[in-house]
Amino acid sequence: MALVQNFPFMSIILSLFSGPLCSVLDGKKARRVNLAVISAVGVMSAAVLFYVIGTGEPFIYLMGHFPAPWGNEIRVGILEAFMALFFCAIMLLCMAGGAREREEQIEESKQNLYYVMSNLLLCSLLALVYTNDLFTAYVFVEINTISACGLIMIRQNGRTIEAAIRYMISSLLGSGLLLLGICYLYAITGHLLMSNIREQVQILAAADRHHIALMVALGLMSVGLAIKSALYPFHAWLPDAYGYSTLSSSAILSSLVSKGYIFLLIKIFYRVVGFGVVTESKVVHVLFVFGIIGMIMGSVNAIRVDDIKRMIAYSSVAQIGYIYMGLGLATEAGTVASIYHVLSHAATKSLLFVAAAGLTDVSQNNTRFKDITGAGYRNKTAGVAFTVGSLSMVGMPVFSGFISKLFFAQAAVGHAHKMLPTFIALAISTVLNALYFMKTVIRIYTPVPRSQGKYISAGEQPVKTAVLICFILLNLVLGLNSDPVIRLIQGGLGMFE
Amino acid sequence: MNFEYLLNNYEEAAAMILFGIGFSNLLLQKNLIKKIIGLNIMDTATYLFLALKGYIDGRKAPVVVDGIQSVEAYVNPIPSGLVLTGIVVSVSVTALMLSLTIRLYRRYHTLDLDEISTLLKKEGK
Repeated sequence: MALVQNFPFMSIILSLFSGPLCSVLDGKKARRVNLAVISAVGVMSAAVLFYVIGTGEPFIYLMGHFPAPWGNEIRVGILEAFMALFFCAIMLLCMAGGAREREEQIEESKQNLYYVMSNLLLCSLLALVYTNDLFTAYVFVEINTISACGLIMIRQNGRTIEAAIRYMISSLLGSGLLLLGICYLYAITGHLLMSNIREQVQILAAADRHHIALMVALGLMSVGLAIKSALYPFHAWLPDAYGYSTLSSSAILSSLVSKGYIFLLIKIFYRVVGFGVVTESKVVHVLFVFGIIGMIMGSVNAIRVDDIKRMIAYSSVAQIGYIYMGLGLATEAGTVASIYHVLSHAATKSLLFVAAAGLTDVSQNNTRFKDITGAGYRNKTAGVAFTVGSLSMVGMPVFSGFISKLFFAQAAVGHAHKMLPTFIALAISTVLNALYFMKTVIRIYTPVPRSQGKYISAGEQPVKTAVLICFILLNLVLGLNSDPVIRLIQGGLGMFE
Repeated sequence: MNFEYLLNNYEEAAAMILFGIGFSNLLLQKNLIKKIIGLNIMDTATYLFLALKGYIDGRKAPVVVDGIQSVEAYVNPIPSGLVLTGIVVSVSVTALMLSLTIRLYRRYHTLDLDEISTLLKKEGK
């Protein structure tokens, strides 16, 4: 076994143990440990990615050296390694970008606890991405929930505690359904490893046995994960959680936590149930309909709020709708578009959160629209970055948002019933996106007398400027260079089989 | 609709009804403590379902006491293991929920989530 094959397990265990380690360090040291761990895991994921691309086939790592169907396994293909690398990159940028806000908003004695949570979050994301065992996935879903809750409530005020408890309630409803779905599937198939379950499900589906139970299990898991990733009617917790928590938390929550659940759902579709069974079920129609409603209602809500952070949060609801619409198309192309949108949205939404924090910094920390008027002049980098993020969200060519909309439209072409609804929803949603994002861009570039607010030049906050530039570059790379990324995703999905 | 299935599998039916009760309590109750109780009923119902799936009539717990017996003598141990893991998870989320509830109660002197929301709006932050 090559050394590289140990890296997925090592990265999970490294981030898991660095969590408790941070709890005994002081804030500054914990921060260094955290950055080092994220970087190390990123490097290891990159090595794994190159290794898997080189060999051209997925590998299985036995945990505890018991072979299937008894032991627990890690299974790594191109997509898993790529997701792990991407999550690490985004997390590193979010942590670096929100460092100053954390120091201001979190009590001195609780600084290190933030890094405990962030390391555990990284660990659970990695485990969700890599694991080949459904029950392990459930356990790490819960760890993910708990650490995300910690990230929300670390900034102690009434708002964040209320947001955290609302987040916990929705998440627990979701994980209850997920657990029940897993138990159902275990009862029907008698296995917990994804590959074994799929073999059994194929046999059952071919013989047309236990059809209803299979559909119930699939439905429970889909709805459970949809609730956890804030698909439209279940989004009530989201604006508060993203709007009031500290900067790096909002960025990480919006770009990583919900995406981890979506990736798990895609894995369940492909690796547990089998995409053939999924496409024939009615569950995809439900996801499609709610996705479309979410795309429009998320944007409508975003137009109505008078607060830049909450606006970005509601825009997340709309973007999650896009992803579920792509999954609901129930075609290979639809899933590829959804995964691309996961990447594009993660890169853009964290950019928007960091840029919005830069804008509110120069507006006496007020997030209301009337206070951020002209903020684009007072903090030039944040202004430019926010404009780039907005253009990407709206779907301007050159940026990543355009490519994902293009792929969604392409995936819908030729679909018997879903083509027209998809086109209409894409069109309406684009107009609505343009409405509220352009409104904000115009507002931050509306001149006001120089006396108001303080000015921040690009050199004053070098880290934040660098982070914003990295995000903009990432967006451009995804937008201008989409072919290799798409090939990577297609190759990864091929390895799911 | 054939009710015979329900009667024959009344244990599973009870587990599902309990799950429904717990789920709707967690979703609909305003009182935070009642919500947490709902959460526990929901989780426990899932464990009941799992334990039932692992039980085989007339067999013993999979603990070897006097010499090695055949596989036929024991029930399936995996669901019990899953139940244990699940209990650990639900204990930790319950603890987290309770601690959040205590914090909210100290601040707002009420357990009603809607009332807390109105108080927060009044604070206007």
